[in-house]
Amino acid sequence: MNSKRTDRLATRVIYLLVAIIILVLIGILGNILIAGVPHLSWHFLTSASSSFEAGGGIRDQLFNSLYLLVLTLLISLPIALGAAIYLAEYAQDTWVTRLIRTTIEILSSLPSIVVGLFGYLLFVVQFGLGFSIIAGALALTFFNLPILTSNIEQAINGVPQAQREAGWALGLSNWKTIRGVVLPSALPGIITGIILSAGRVFGEAAALIYTAGQSGSIVDYSNWNMFSSTSFLNVMRPAETLAVHIWKVNTEGIIPDVNLVSAATSALLVIVVIIFNFGARLLGNWLYRNLTAAKVK
Amino acid sequence: MNKHEQDLQEVVDQAIAEQKVPHVKFKKIDPESVDIARLTSPSKETRQEHWGKGLTSLAIAVIGILIVAIIGFVGVRGLATFVDDKVNIFHFLLTSNWNPSAGKDHVGAAAMIVTSFAVTLLAALVATPFAIAIALFMTEYKSGKQAQFLQSVMELLVGIPSVVYGFLGLTVIVTVIRTIFGGTGFGILAATLILFVMVLPTITSLTVDAFKAVPQDLRKSSAALGATRWQTIYHVVLRAARPRILTAIIFGMARAFGEALAVQMVIGNAVLMPYNLVSPSATLTSQLTSQMGNTVMGTLPNNALWSLALLLLIMSLAFNFLVRLIGKRGS
Repeated sequence: MNSKRTDRLATRVIYLLVAIIILVLIGILGNILIAGVPHLSWHFLTSASSSFEAGGGIRDQLFNSLYLLVLTLLISLPIALGAAIYLAEYAQDTWVTRLIRTTIEILSSLPSIVVGLFGYLLFVVQFGLGFSIIAGALALTFFNLPILTSNIEQAINGVPQAQREAGWALGLSNWKTIRGVVLPSALPGIITGIILSAGRVFGEAAALIYTAGQSGSIVDYSNWNMFSSTSFLNVMRPAETLAVHIWKVNTEGIIPDVNLVSAATSALLVIVVIIFNFGARLLGNWLYRNLTAAKVK
Repeated sequence: MNKHEQDLQEVVDQAIAEQKVPHVKFKKIDPESVDIARLTSPSKETRQEHWGKGLTSLAIAVIGILIVAIIGFVGVRGLATFVDDKVNIFHFLLTSNWNPSAGKDHVGAAAMIVTSFAVTLLAALVATPFAIAIALFMTEYKSGKQAQFLQSVMELLVGIPSVVYGFLGLTVIVTVIRTIFGGTGFGILAATLILFVMVLPTITSLTVDAFKAVPQDLRKSSAALGATRWQTIYHVVLRAARPRILTAIIFGMARAFGEALAVQMVIGNAVLMPYNLVSPSATLTSQLTSQMGNTVMGTLPNNALWSLALLLLIMSLAFNFLVRLIGKRGS
């Protein structure tokens, strides 16, 4: 009888702990959304931020976040794709491959502040770029590379071996098989992986405060010349993102409505990340159904 | 034309000379029409292969160079404190007088090291029971819909950006601690409570993998012996999964140790040896985040900060090494 009572007790404790965590999540999401969503107005999204008065918006931060995300993906995708193809298709099980895998694991577990400081040292100080979008995008690339690489590698590994053999049987080279057969079948998985990593990049701040900087410059959204210093496309201007903005107004800011601004910005960040997370799955499944002949698992 | 190609040319010539089948048109296969250079040079496919392999190896090389550069750059900067400014390394690690602008006798990082380890260990300590409970729930108790729901809960917790955790900590947790314990509310306790939620998904997902790797036969044998579910879990599943659970906890600790902004927002940022859980303090990451912009490159206060960054990097490598060590022991 005693062991049965222990069993019941253990079950109850486990259910209790699970319930606590679900409540914690509900508490977190509820807190952010209830405090932030009412303040998320069109005006808030489209007006410039203020450094000392109440009522500032997040227009520039929002654009900077998106711009940095696009640049980061543009730089990191080719490298991650190449590395993932190498690891999935070419690498043999030798000490070199093991060393490469260890390297990627180490890179993925590096604290993002260390990656950011490295970016600061190399681009901002050594190359003299100053706090700039391009320095931020490169730091985010370093932060993004290991995750994106392993996501893509998993997607490629999911393609059945028979598909490759079919390509070889047609006399295609390995490389042609990869490009023409393996990558198209892995595409849904690759896109899911990209979107998931994009969610992470969008919310990252520690790697950015000493690379892209903590302040904005005057931005002119009608100036399309990338090389003009006031253009919104200029990659050499300092840029504060949404996540950095939350950190900045809470630690150094003096605006009176700091809680409102941070709550609304947090809500926006969380909503975007949720959309990314669930959108990635939905889009992945949809692509899988429509681009490949296979049935959804 | 090298030896190999000459041999080939001879073979071709000979074959054509000896050919006796009448219906093959000789004009088409005379010695001139056979392109030896094309036969002996790499085919289109081989060239594609070299191209592909070269391109992908280049990407790998970029990643390799990157990690070497990170360790090299941060290493050189971090060692400057000890090489150029002649700060005693034991003094740096073991004393807690941190005021680098006052000279080389005031560079003691012990307070930050202790706080960093304290928040890391406490966060792992709080998170582990929850992580194991959730992983058990997902693998041993329920599967299907409910497990999937918990999976989404964990993904949401991972997805929330760290500054948002920091902001919540600042507005909710710090306030609550202030009302209950008095004082400022900033300190190790607030940081622990945030970090525990942040590292929970990491530990949980790896623990789920650990439980899934335990062979089903072991569970069945245990049930056949008349063990209850909890007895099976406690004596069989947990025991078999132990090395991998340990790995999971270390991964979680690595994440907690390196977390910067969320901790910086609630720790209080006073470089003091913590005397209790609610006294303001500073971690390695929080000090780096808040002070790096206030120092001038190349001066002692700046070099001292780079030494903190180096310490962070070394700890990250150490956590990785530890995971590997346990992995080897376990297998």
